[in-house]
Amino acid sequence: MGKETSSISNGRAELLPLLKRELSKNGYLSKEVMSGVAEQTGLPLNEVYGVATFYAYLPVSKTGKNVIKVCGSVPCDLKDAQAVIGSIQKELGIAPGEATADGKFSFELVSCIGACDQAPAMVINDQLYGNLTPERIAEILKSY
Amino acid sequence: MAEKRIVLGNCGAYEPQNIETYLARGGFKGFVKARDKMKPKAIVDEVKKSGLTGRGGAGFDCGLKWELARNARAKKKYLICNADEGEVGTFKDKYILSKDPFGLIEGMCIAGLAIGAQEAYIYLRAEYHFLNDTLCYAITQVKEKGFLKHMDIHVFEGAGAYICGEESALMDSIEGKRGESRYKPPYPPTRGLWNMPTIINNVETLMNVPHITANGAAWFSAMGTVRSKGTKVFSVSGDVKKPGVYELEMGSSLKELVVDLAGAEDIKAVQIGGSTGNILPASLLDTPLSYETYLGSGAVVVFNTGRDIIDIVGNNMHFLSEESCGKCTPCREGTEVMMEIFGRLRGLEGAQGDINALEDLAKTMAVASLCGLGQAAAVPVLDSLKYFRDEYIDRIDQSLFLRSYLGGEMSKPREGIR
Repeated sequence: MGKETSSISNGRAELLPLLKRELSKNGYLSKEVMSGVAEQTGLPLNEVYGVATFYAYLPVSKTGKNVIKVCGSVPCDLKDAQAVIGSIQKELGIAPGEATADGKFSFELVSCIGACDQAPAMVINDQLYGNLTPERIAEILKSY
Repeated sequence: MAEKRIVLGNCGAYEPQNIETYLARGGFKGFVKARDKMKPKAIVDEVKKSGLTGRGGAGFDCGLKWELARNARAKKKYLICNADEGEVGTFKDKYILSKDPFGLIEGMCIAGLAIGAQEAYIYLRAEYHFLNDTLCYAITQVKEKGFLKHMDIHVFEGAGAYICGEESALMDSIEGKRGESRYKPPYPPTRGLWNMPTIINNVETLMNVPHITANGAAWFSAMGTVRSKGTKVFSVSGDVKKPGVYELEMGSSLKELVVDLAGAEDIKAVQIGGSTGNILPASLLDTPLSYETYLGSGAVVVFNTGRDIIDIVGNNMHFLSEESCGKCTPCREGTEVMMEIFGRLRGLEGAQGDINALEDLAKTMAVASLCGLGQAAAVPVLDSLKYFRDEYIDRIDQSLFLRSYLGGEMSKPREGIR
């Protein structure tokens, strides 16, 4: 990280890496976690919250154990991402933005994930699934 | 015309985990020549002479930018590789990073010498987290070979924000802030990261650098058009038989790319440059691809005759309104209002005046937005109105008919609309 002279910029420089580390431990950034990060970096809590809520990959509310992110941008939409979304909805009984009652899955629509040559595509946790068909969804979800 | 693989020349030709296999292919020759036989100013001059321009989309003269940073007086200078490839339809940098990490690092090593940077970052988009290990391992090996004595390279991961591909937002993100665009000037080569002179180059731009120092500016500038030298890497997707990454000499025609290489048939339109890219009808397939015409980041999405242009432009606008950082009003509100209009058009709830509203709004956003996102957000809207205006008129007519027919009870938009 940057060897900065001022302690504030030092704390700031550590903010995103710190939030990511906490995220990997807890799955989401609770108020307690953000307070801890605020203390560690010397930044006010509202700043930490402001930064966390700016980024799509820093959730501040509880997500499922496995997070399904389906790309809804144009190249995937052309290849019928809607059918994939429909299939996930049917399998899990939840709509985008929701989590299953047992907390095993949550499901969201995201912006382009850079897998347009394998459209339609989705990511579960860090695993990419491309060239999806609605029929493959059940099998993929079963492996979690 | 066939592909011309310069930037992609080493992709798949060596093992990305093993520097020896890269060296065996002549890797780091460009760096060693730059380090041992050229003064930093000479490296900058060579890149200037080559005519290399920024491959992220803006097409700014790379050597000129380097010269500004080189001449800036400061205690510390930074180099940033922009690997925040978030543009819709773009996946070329992912391909390059996974297949040729050493090529990128060699380019960064040379750029660092040229501008006098002591510290460098690779800003990697969160979605490409799986490439972090590859890059870190490659950096370690380059260090062990003694090629990185002049500079440290860190991999900094983003957290999911398209706007962080905009250079000033990217720097704010590294500084631990919300990734919002900055007011300019000052520009990064004079005051960038932590207020120090900073050069931000796209992955593909830096990939060209070792070839330029190794083979000379004249070799490079012999390829391409008057103002666009070298090659361009394209990401092709949509209605094509062979989606993927292709590299062509600048000035090659759109038809060579999407028909001859990617196997598109029955084309209605092509969008070049992602969510804010130009939309061209099939009648303009002979257009050469260069910075004089259309290029952007090299994202090329093909639409066949079965596609609905309003759906496509509406989906783009949804993306842009989601990803607008919200700092300036024309972009934050403009993308939102446009998305609302497209939502109505797609749901057959269009109104007289919608076309005028889109055109008026487009003008304001283009002149008054803070950064490229808002300035270019309406480009596909205006292009679709230029080439496919009838579809808008039809949609509005249908809306009016439905409204009168149903007596005010409007049809509901289809489910899951984006």
